[in-house]
Amino acid sequence: MTPLIETKKLTHVYSAGTPFEHVAVEDVDFSASRGEFIGIIGHTGSGKSTFVQHLNGLLKPTSGSVLVEGEEIFSSPGRIRQVRSKVGLVFQYPEYQLFEETVRADIAYGPKNMKLDKEEIERRVLEAADFVGLEPELLDKSPFDLSGGQKRRAAIAGVIAMRPDVLILDEPTAGLDPRGREEIIYNIRRYHAAVNGTVIYITHSMEDIARFATRLVVFSKGHIALDGPPAQVFRHVEELERIGLTVPSVAKVMSILKQRGLPVEDGVYTVDRAVEVLLGLKGGVAGA
Amino acid sequence: MLKDITLGQYFPGDTVVHRLDPRTKLILTILYIVLLFIAKSYVSYGLVFLFLVICIALSRIRLKAILSGLKPLVVLILITAILNLFYTRGERLLVSFWRIRIYWEGVRTAAVMALRIMMLITGTLLLTYTTSPLQLTDGMEKLMNPLKKLHVPVHELSMMMSIALRFIPTLIEETDKIMNAQKARGAEFDTGNLIQKAKAMLPLLVPLFISAFRRADELATAMESRCYHGGEGRTKMKVLKMAGRDWIALGCGAALLVLTILLRRLGL
Repeated sequence: MTPLIETKKLTHVYSAGTPFEHVAVEDVDFSASRGEFIGIIGHTGSGKSTFVQHLNGLLKPTSGSVLVEGEEIFSSPGRIRQVRSKVGLVFQYPEYQLFEETVRADIAYGPKNMKLDKEEIERRVLEAADFVGLEPELLDKSPFDLSGGQKRRAAIAGVIAMRPDVLILDEPTAGLDPRGREEIIYNIRRYHAAVNGTVIYITHSMEDIARFATRLVVFSKGHIALDGPPAQVFRHVEELERIGLTVPSVAKVMSILKQRGLPVEDGVYTVDRAVEVLLGLKGGVAGA
Repeated sequence: MLKDITLGQYFPGDTVVHRLDPRTKLILTILYIVLLFIAKSYVSYGLVFLFLVICIALSRIRLKAILSGLKPLVVLILITAILNLFYTRGERLLVSFWRIRIYWEGVRTAAVMALRIMMLITGTLLLTYTTSPLQLTDGMEKLMNPLKKLHVPVHELSMMMSIALRFIPTLIEETDKIMNAQKARGAEFDTGNLIQKAKAMLPLLVPLFISAFRRADELATAMESRCYHGGEGRTKMKVLKMAGRDWIALGCGAALLVLTILLRRLGL
């Protein structure tokens, strides 16, 4: 099966040939299939944001290629347009892109650009608003009258309304309170389950992403440093810390216990699993 | 793409030219522009050119930087030269076919005009290349100080100017960001006819204006919470001071001015 989205030897150099030249992403091979929920983690300046802007063709790679459903995205201008609706990208602080008079019109902007007919646009607006948990009565308000969290959700709905197979979100919960954060994450997971697409979620909070990602990709200095299911990635506690990322505290505790000689298994990163493992261990000791 | 604009760019450095007081540099730049218009003969142009070359050499600004600063104005320079070439009448006819007549005087005026514009721009580029925007507005405020007597809001003007300069890169970055966000929602900014293009700008301009107002609001709050209340009684962190090199530089400028005027009188 061809992966939904794929990059091959992707390299991007900013301001090539000037004194400000800077290699942001270098030789990145990446692929994602349907159903995956991928967390991309990395420091500021690790190249993760530059990387995802290639996935829908906003940035052109200096070298290498990007394929969506096995087909190069820069093959023709028409192809790019098609890719932009297939690969939805929600930027950081997306509420700053709202511009229409009503929330309804703003969410409809993407579908309208896809040249869908009126009924289809309306259907998608309602569906997208439902996905992000916006009450229908908010749709006729001005986006500028909404609260911060509602604005954020309206902006995410604007991308979801294009019903992308790949939904990329760059720090969608930045600056929200814990409740707003939970709501957004819940809504994204719901969308993911409903369309059976791929979600790529950029964050630098390990604790958040570890709970629901099926796969973690760690960026460091323009390269993919680690790539695999969370349990596997969290085995590399030392490497993660060397990159400068904070490991979930449970993973840290478990790795120290192991160093001290307790036979705990690798890659435990949730409290529930840790309790299970430790209880099992205790039972084992008592039984001996 | 928008980031490539070199408007008012500053190249940090530690040369004599960089260390000159911004007031000196401003006065010299104005003087230099005046000189360019006083100069009439090859000799005096040569003199002014020499002055420019020495300044560039002292500032260690690369020729490449200056050429890239001139680039956006190539069209303007060419148009000026071409118009002068065709429309100047004179005595020595060089080319004549159909209705076009090119005179020797035309060639000369075209060359002089093109050279003059290029030297004009290079001189002012040198000022912005070697002086940080902050120093520049500081210098202007000091130079315009006497105008306060005439109730010109000098401090407010210079504060507005430094804020404007400070926010140009921020707004450019913001534009880039919003453009990308709307492109991700299928917007197209470079296709269609003029009306379609203008309409496509709306999703860019509305958020940009809103964010500019938001920034202005935040900045005003930040300034007020640090007790900003205009220029009255406000002290400077870096007080401008004229040093020996400033007086030498101004002296050289004055000498050059006198020399050029003399040359003009002598008809050279």
